[in-house]
Amino acid sequence: MKAGGALLEAEGLVRRYAMRRGLLGRAVEVRAVDGVSLKLERGRTLGLVGESGCGKSTTGRLVLGMETPDAGRVSFDGAVMPQPGSAAWRAMRARMQMVFQDPLGALDRRLPIATQVGEPLEIHGIGARSERAARVETLLRAVGLRSDQGARYPHELSGGQRQRAVLARALATDPALLVCDEPISALDVSIQAQVMNLLVDLQEQFGTAMLFVSHDLRAVRQVSHRVAVMYLGRIVEEGEPDGVLHEPAHPYSRALVSAIPHPGRAGQRIVLQGDPPNPADRPSGCAFHPRCPVATSLCARETPALKARPDGRLVACHVAHGEVSAGQGHARQEAA
Amino acid sequence: MMPLVRLTGLSVAFDGAPALRGIDLSVAKGEAVGLVGESGCGKSVTWLAALGLLPAKARITGSVMLDGQELIGAPAPVLERVRGGRIAMIFQDPSSSLNPVHRIGKQIMEALGLHRGMTGSNARAEAKRLLDLVGIPDAGRRLDAYPHELSGGQNQRVMIAIALAGQPELLVADEPTTALDVTIQAQILELLQSIRRQMGMALVLISHDLGVIAEACERVAVMYAGRIVEEAPVAQLFDAAAHPYTQGLIGALPPMDGPRRRLAAIPGGVPEPWAMPPGCGFAPRCQFRSAPCDAAIPGLMGLSDQHRAACIRVAPAAMPLERIPA
Repeated sequence: MKAGGALLEAEGLVRRYAMRRGLLGRAVEVRAVDGVSLKLERGRTLGLVGESGCGKSTTGRLVLGMETPDAGRVSFDGAVMPQPGSAAWRAMRARMQMVFQDPLGALDRRLPIATQVGEPLEIHGIGARSERAARVETLLRAVGLRSDQGARYPHELSGGQRQRAVLARALATDPALLVCDEPISALDVSIQAQVMNLLVDLQEQFGTAMLFVSHDLRAVRQVSHRVAVMYLGRIVEEGEPDGVLHEPAHPYSRALVSAIPHPGRAGQRIVLQGDPPNPADRPSGCAFHPRCPVATSLCARETPALKARPDGRLVACHVAHGEVSAGQGHARQEAA
Repeated sequence: MMPLVRLTGLSVAFDGAPALRGIDLSVAKGEAVGLVGESGCGKSVTWLAALGLLPAKARITGSVMLDGQELIGAPAPVLERVRGGRIAMIFQDPSSSLNPVHRIGKQIMEALGLHRGMTGSNARAEAKRLLDLVGIPDAGRRLDAYPHELSGGQNQRVMIAIALAGQPELLVADEPTTALDVTIQAQILELLQSIRRQMGMALVLISHDLGVIAEACERVAVMYAGRIVEEAPVAQLFDAAAHPYTQGLIGALPPMDGPRRRLAAIPGGVPEPWAMPPGCGFAPRCQFRSAPCDAAIPGLMGLSDQHRAACIRVAPAAMPLERIPA
């Protein structure tokens, strides 16, 4: 392991899909991820937050090489990621693992838990056969499962226990990076808390860096050291979780924060008009401008770049950077 | 004042396994009541049972009174007038509640025909008015759209329009925003509030999310393992939760500010219906468990006028109160 430097660096990632409308429709290009750069330090957690279709999950898959970017590059531990599918890439994948939302879908229903937790050890040829059983037991204990639960099948465990098993399997190869894609969304509230606590504990114990992909800002604050807010394939704001949550700079982050249901809320909620736009029909300029309450005519023309404010917060917004004073919202302006 | 709906001792069992173990709950006219709990606690089954929507193998006992009329065991024609008429229900996934091969206008008009006998251009005009009311832009043209042409949030608005077609006195919304994005969830919650104010309709909001309930409801009932374990006005529940399970649910919510602390996760999981603990259903996960917890199921006891909790630690000396009329 090299000292210093980020563990994971992604630069200008782009992922396009071709989508056909109807049987004879013309294929249109959908930019699921449209120029995302991010950096993750060793042993830290970056929260990636946004609504469905914003490209946060695709970003997670791109940094693991589970999908090949159309542009941009990923480097891991100071080296450029090998061609996905190659032997070098497969060897590297032992050091970066993925945790999915639905643990039942991620586990093989026909194999007992312990066998599945031990599988990565076999695949990557880690340890002698005799040592593996002991390693599996250590892993099960680390995620809070009893060793007798290792003999059970996925359907015999509860949702929270299954997610623990998935985590144990992901940790088997002692990865430096875990990409967790909505790891708690399918769980009940009290179980969500258990898994969030577990993620924080495991990070402390193993020093694993995490990319925590979620739509839940509260959960992201709980587990992350930094947070990036995505909208329609781009990062629109990035900073410390408390800063972003308490003083969001981008109008979209503001709406997202204000939409968190919250007992005893003070003040007025910002309710955004309309739906998130279709990525196949990306608005001109700032993609958020049709829903933005402070959009100006500049916002409809020019795409704002993600730049640092004096206090270090990264934000992509003409108004937040003071390049133009707050408008009345583009839609209303047009109507007037 | 007589409550609009009163459930008394409502119990449901599937193949001998109890899903609901005696629910007492009343909803007053125009009131917004939240029902919160984790999956399998019976919060949805309660209202499916009340409206006769459960499969025949479900064994239902107890009573559901709507304005003095008993719904449990009521003949089908009576239930059909109530469902969608006096009590409407919407569900989590709007796209699977709507018929994908019919235009949404037709689906709204179907409800108008059934419950208000409207047909033809009359019905179409009313359907357009309802779509306007639920905030669908360009309502006139949208009547001819199919569900797949609308977004998830808009489909949920259409479901609400269909529910409103029968001018219900009570709308039961079962996790209406769970499948939606947070900014869309905010829109739907606002919509439900404004409709409730305009139409003086009562609302039962079923959710796993205490935050959602806190925003939309006046009173909340917390359910666990087929029973109500605490009932209180929303503010009181957050300030002074009495039941250890409610305290656990609130503690499990990551805070928005302040130092990051370990979440007070409730250990273990929900008991299976066929292996219910003999006493308090929450005892196996409760940090305050003592011998009496396993001896008998604690009843709801009054802490104050409107605050009740089913825990022996709450008021060991207090006798169970008479059911409080809402």
